[in-house]
Amino acid sequence: MDLSQINPVLLIASLMVAATPLLLATIGELVVERAGVLNLGVEGMMIVGAISGFAVAVETDSAWLGFLAAAVGGAVLSLLFVLLTQVALANQVASGLALTLFGLGLSSLMGQSYVGIKPPAMARLDIPVLSDLPVIGPILFRHDPLLYIAILIIAGVWAVLTFTRAGLILRAVGENHDAAHALGYKVVRIRIMAILFGGACAGLGGAYISLIRVPQWTEGMTAGVGWIALALVVFASWKPWRVLLGAYLFGGITVLQLNLQAAGVAIPVEYLAMSPYVVTIVVLVILSADKSRAPASLGRPFHATS
Amino acid sequence: MNIKRRSLLGTAVLALSLGLGGAALAQDKTKVGFIYVGPIGDGGWTHEHDQGRLAVEKEFGDKVETVYVENVPEGPDAERVMTQMALNGADLIFTTSFGFMDATINVAKKFPKVKFEHATGYKRADNVSTYSARFYEGRAVQGTIAGRMTKSNVVGYIGSYPIPEVIRGINSAYIHAKKVNPDVQFKIVWAYTWFDPAKEADAAKVLIEQGADVILQHTDSTAPHAAAKEKGGVYTFGQASDMSEYAPMPRISSIIDNWAPYYIERTKAVIDGTWESTDTWAGIGPGMVGIGEFSSEIPADVQAEANALKDKIASGEYHPFTGPLKKQDGSDWLAEGETADDGTLAGMNFYVEGIVGDIPQ
Repeated sequence: MDLSQINPVLLIASLMVAATPLLLATIGELVVERAGVLNLGVEGMMIVGAISGFAVAVETDSAWLGFLAAAVGGAVLSLLFVLLTQVALANQVASGLALTLFGLGLSSLMGQSYVGIKPPAMARLDIPVLSDLPVIGPILFRHDPLLYIAILIIAGVWAVLTFTRAGLILRAVGENHDAAHALGYKVVRIRIMAILFGGACAGLGGAYISLIRVPQWTEGMTAGVGWIALALVVFASWKPWRVLLGAYLFGGITVLQLNLQAAGVAIPVEYLAMSPYVVTIVVLVILSADKSRAPASLGRPFHATS
Repeated sequence: MNIKRRSLLGTAVLALSLGLGGAALAQDKTKVGFIYVGPIGDGGWTHEHDQGRLAVEKEFGDKVETVYVENVPEGPDAERVMTQMALNGADLIFTTSFGFMDATINVAKKFPKVKFEHATGYKRADNVSTYSARFYEGRAVQGTIAGRMTKSNVVGYIGSYPIPEVIRGINSAYIHAKKVNPDVQFKIVWAYTWFDPAKEADAAKVLIEQGADVILQHTDSTAPHAAAKEKGGVYTFGQASDMSEYAPMPRISSIIDNWAPYYIERTKAVIDGTWESTDTWAGIGPGMVGIGEFSSEIPADVQAEANALKDKIASGEYHPFTGPLKKQDGSDWLAEGETADDGTLAGMNFYVEGIVGDIPQ
């Protein structure tokens, strides 16, 4: 066992990268759930985003266009969910699961000709003085731009939900759609926009895996991140900044346990692997005493005439 | 509502009877099922099994029908999928991951007329055969190249689960790397997954950050190659499949699983009615394990050395586990010139002397 082999700076830098896909998917789902909709199709939207982004990035040789396409791809897939749950008023849980299965199948079809290709790289941030600072430089100022955009999205969601009228309306729709409707807000329209935002964020998260974290296209490469994102929304008790904390915790433990193993530390891997889930359970218990709880209309279908 | 429900039921019954009728008509066709642990597009393990399935289709044409289910989790769900396949009339089912072992045995008990073939396991029954390849023979060649190629003398190894098959590979690679490079050190990371590209890439990055410049993997995706390519100056080996899309750098060689001849032979046995429960464990010699082309990055003398080793293993002249060898704790395992028996290899749960770290229990 030799802990000196672990470079804490590299460790923190790589845990931020590992956490970013989760961060993006989770913040999107958080907005969807705050609007009172439960979309279990995160995994499906992520994987479709991963391949849409990858394909466009390879064809246009631009990672930026790839990410744009990923956001569009995720949002387009979520339109299917919109159609099922907001127009046809289908069960949200079943529709979400269907979306995941459909997304996984669709992505392997789309990805047939993209196996084994290297995507264009995205330039790392390089600010003269700042990026060269010891310790802080590699941790804070030498990542790809998407990592910062993810954090900005969190800040943006927090600001909108907390300080703006739009955020208030979104929360009202999620808490009590009948009351919001009585006040004249377009419940369905607001929910559709939230679902599209969730789809776009999930798509970005998927493309972050295929374009930056790995970077390659492989069928089924999101390997369950979408499901962790759903758990993380609960962990974050529907509060944006806690998403950041939760995602870094999950991402951090994954990277930390690999580092500890490589350094030969004899900690049973199983305990480390299950620790994020244990923390989630603990948080759920604490949550029951806390004031925060799920949006009251979460998962309930709405129709203006009912 | 009632009428609707009844007509729905009627449709279901009709569909069911049609399905059964179809099954009865298709009796002359032999139905071969495959259970895969990952997607057929993983570029590695499952991809090669699916190549075997396609070879069966090509060989027998109209006489067989193949079905497969991909991404089947190791656990209770596997049992459900196998049961479904058997109910749908499969005559022969290949279950292609170690973790399907107990599920295969359980389902086989319920369907005595269906033949099962479980890859890499050790539990058999009257209608369950096991088959595996001697991947460790390929690992010996890989270890030799790794030992010669490393400059930092640190070789990273991404393990999947701590099961005998994987431990054998680590030992074999280590023994042969050590032989050509006494200073070599192995860093082993367990990913606890067969297929998770993001995690496999993370594992590769961690190993590289901690000084490894050669990465061996026993997981199924090409993600470690992508990670190594991005870092640069790191060598990798294709696992299960050639993974030649990453040649000549970082992928410098590979172990290729070739299941096609075995799958064809076993399907033929079912068609002929000569199928019997057997245990097959073949290596480089019969061609079940192939060594992928050496990339130009490997110097000619190392290529020659690796080829010589490969030929000696193929002819049976040399066994990768030949004494004198000691276990990690220093106790004697094999005396001078003694070779390991298959029983010990099949249940291998210890490291050989020199490897640092514990096998997770």
